[in-house]
Amino acid sequence: MTPRTQGTPSEESPVPIRGLDVDPLLDDPQTRIVVCCGSGGVGKTTTAAALGLRAAERGRRVVVLTIDPARRLAQSMGIDSLDNTPRRVKGIDDTAGGELHAMMLDMKRTFDEIVEAHADGDRARAILENPFYQSLSAGFAGTQEYMAMEKLGQLRARDEWDLIVVDTPPSRSALDFLDAPKRLGSFLDGKLIRVLMAPAKVGGRAGMKFLNVGMSMMTGALGKLLGGQLLRDVQTFVAAMDTMFGGFRTRADATYRLLQAPGTAFLVVAAPERDALREAAYFVERLAAERMPLAGLVLNRVHGSGAAHLSAERATAAAEALDETAAEDLDEAGASALDETAETAETAAEVLDEADGQVVDETDMEMDRPEGIADRPEGKAEDRTSGVTSGSGSPSGSDSSSGSDSSSGSRSPSGSSRPNGTRDQQAVDHLTSGLLKLHAERMRLLAREQRTRERFAALHPEVSMTEVAALPGDVHDLAGLRDIGDRLAARPPKTPGG
Amino acid sequence: MNPHSAAGARPPAGGSPCPAYGTWRAPGARCRTPRCRPGCPQEGRPPAYAGAALVRLEYVSRLQVVSGKGGTGKTTVAAALALALATEGRRTLLVEVEGRQGIAQLFETEALPYEERRIAVAPGGGEVFALAIDPELALLDYLQMFYKLGGAGRALKKLGAIDFATTIAPGLRDVLLTGKACEAVRRKDKRGRFAYDYVIMDAPPTGRLTRFLNVNDEVAGLARIGPIHNQAQAVMRVLKSPETAVHLVTLLEEMPVQETADGIAELRAARLPTGRIIVNMVRPTLLDETSLALVREGVPRAAVARSLSAAGLGGARRGGGADRLVTPLLGQADEYAARHALERDQRTVLAELGLPLHELPLLAEGMDMAGLFQLATRLRRQGIS
Repeated sequence: MTPRTQGTPSEESPVPIRGLDVDPLLDDPQTRIVVCCGSGGVGKTTTAAALGLRAAERGRRVVVLTIDPARRLAQSMGIDSLDNTPRRVKGIDDTAGGELHAMMLDMKRTFDEIVEAHADGDRARAILENPFYQSLSAGFAGTQEYMAMEKLGQLRARDEWDLIVVDTPPSRSALDFLDAPKRLGSFLDGKLIRVLMAPAKVGGRAGMKFLNVGMSMMTGALGKLLGGQLLRDVQTFVAAMDTMFGGFRTRADATYRLLQAPGTAFLVVAAPERDALREAAYFVERLAAERMPLAGLVLNRVHGSGAAHLSAERATAAAEALDETAAEDLDEAGASALDETAETAETAAEVLDEADGQVVDETDMEMDRPEGIADRPEGKAEDRTSGVTSGSGSPSGSDSSSGSDSSSGSRSPSGSSRPNGTRDQQAVDHLTSGLLKLHAERMRLLAREQRTRERFAALHPEVSMTEVAALPGDVHDLAGLRDIGDRLAARPPKTPGG
Repeated sequence: MNPHSAAGARPPAGGSPCPAYGTWRAPGARCRTPRCRPGCPQEGRPPAYAGAALVRLEYVSRLQVVSGKGGTGKTTVAAALALALATEGRRTLLVEVEGRQGIAQLFETEALPYEERRIAVAPGGGEVFALAIDPELALLDYLQMFYKLGGAGRALKKLGAIDFATTIAPGLRDVLLTGKACEAVRRKDKRGRFAYDYVIMDAPPTGRLTRFLNVNDEVAGLARIGPIHNQAQAVMRVLKSPETAVHLVTLLEEMPVQETADGIAELRAARLPTGRIIVNMVRPTLLDETSLALVREGVPRAAVARSLSAAGLGGARRGGGADRLVTPLLGQADEYAARHALERDQRTVLAELGLPLHELPLLAEGMDMAGLFQLATRLRRQGIS
């Protein structure tokens, strides 16, 4: 797939970020395989499941292949267990004529099936019972990745689905699945196998004297190392598997070529954190080197704020102002304040009731302002002394002209800017201070994410990106996956506060 | 103000640590924040004695294996642990087995060769060494050590036997990796002292951990005789003894916590020694219980607007600057409350696992050397070393 550009880079961002259009990618009948890769813990499985669901609800016949042993896809798709065959996922919106199937790779089962399919009864049994085979198929380094590719090849060959969405194994390097088939192939084609198969033949060739010496040393060494019995197990295994080796190699190569073909789209999944994006950059480079078609980057767990015009610094200063006022109130807390409580509380309640019903329409007006111009002009023009008494920490002064509502009349002469030292208002002030600190934290996070993303975009300007806003909790059900799908397909990529 | 977050990592003069959270309180401060849970003996009490800074365990296993779900910060925690254990002139070895060069990235050095080299000096003169175990070189190393197979090793390599042994042969790769770590645990210098006081292994993620550690058992079953068999048996003896502790790193999120619970069950079933649970990247408490209750009950919007206005953020009247902040700020508070509730549930799940729990804060500015030292200090104060 060619990367889909959105054309107009977002204006707020100094580094142009190309938008990734997910829907055309999923809708394109030419797209047959989508591979989600990325480091652990960035939401690869959820992304794969969400893409699968979205494609299915947009009318395609989709199968999602997950390889993760944690059975997470099963959880997020609301299926109790996934076995080695695709199961239809119920409860999706099939008005567009699509279907969703899901499966979880059982690598031992996949390996066994290959053996059973390619060897006759006795021979298959001999292989399946071989201790060496049993360990190999139970999943040591490389087997999982190899079997994932094998299964992908099988699913593609069945041609029952328009689209296969693959989640890659949680490998030490998430691109192991590209290397494993090659490694297995080179091993199966290698000299060692020939040695194990027919040591006499190799040794007997002319001009192979050196190898011959090496050979006896080597069989000796292997025997020493593994124990004679293991060596015999390996030899028996290799002999039994003999006819299948060619097949393994051929299929591994075919799957590899399938991944390079135009019907395949790789999506690199990452979180907007330094390490995750560093790894994503590595994937991008590696995919390019392997000539694998990269569709773009999915940036998960991106944060935003509806109040991005309020900078972290200003929010912190305002929180401090509130905290200081509270401390002062504590000091001068007198019985008189308590007497007034009831009355002011009532007044406050009236005001609150009134305000509660209000829909604030202007909210959007200032939302998209970059944080640099957070100080509003009207605030600057105000008389700073009439605001908060403890306002030394507040950089912009207060907007006292707007204080002409009922609360401004009840300001205490002690200089507190708040209506009164009532307990309710104190609790609200305390909460507000917390809200401001929370916001300051959020704004610092936004700035960090923005920096990280820009660094990546500067390094890889050719990579299209889509962003998924962070959710407070985990995704458990189809509705959650659908929501993620909507976010994946939303455009353009948001700048903080967008 | 939360005394935990206020005091930070540096001990104030005469301060004392909260044993449950490992943070410092100013002298005389009471430990009564919502985060200070039952189990913190300092709860609600003024600190007793300023010198009681380090809680020492009677026995700290010499091989500390650190695992966890991908993305939880295993490597970071392993490195912080190696620093924390390298106190008072002790030597620790931080071992990497997955060829990711995560240690080099973390310590901001060039890629580590297959060689033990010093990467950090801890406060008090302790030293941290690091080793990235390469299975291929480990095998050649092993052959050389036990069989003096210099030339034959090269011949083996040429034939692809080393490749075979380290990438394809079942479990052999893992025996070599764990075997090398165990060798470092048992190695002694000329005077008969251990070469390293502690060996900390940055292990594969939880999903593959038990298979990785138990692989020696599997190989021992496969190779029923011979040196690999013996080697595997010897390694298993170390791994299953109290000399080893397996720690799991998690986040306060559902999936990592579930994986931690599964991992512990698997480790127990395989009779591998479980150590501690380290909750990483714990976010600071920004809204206390009182404020959270207000958010839940639905705080009057105008009251919040007035507070914001009083703090200098514009007018409180409808459409005023402060008023317009209310919706987004309360929205962020709702998100915080949802996450807070989720985190509380996850803490409960973790507490039921019956292992000592530790928490490390989220370092907002990302991980660097300063951050590592900060985490190491936290671990030390929580009595992990």
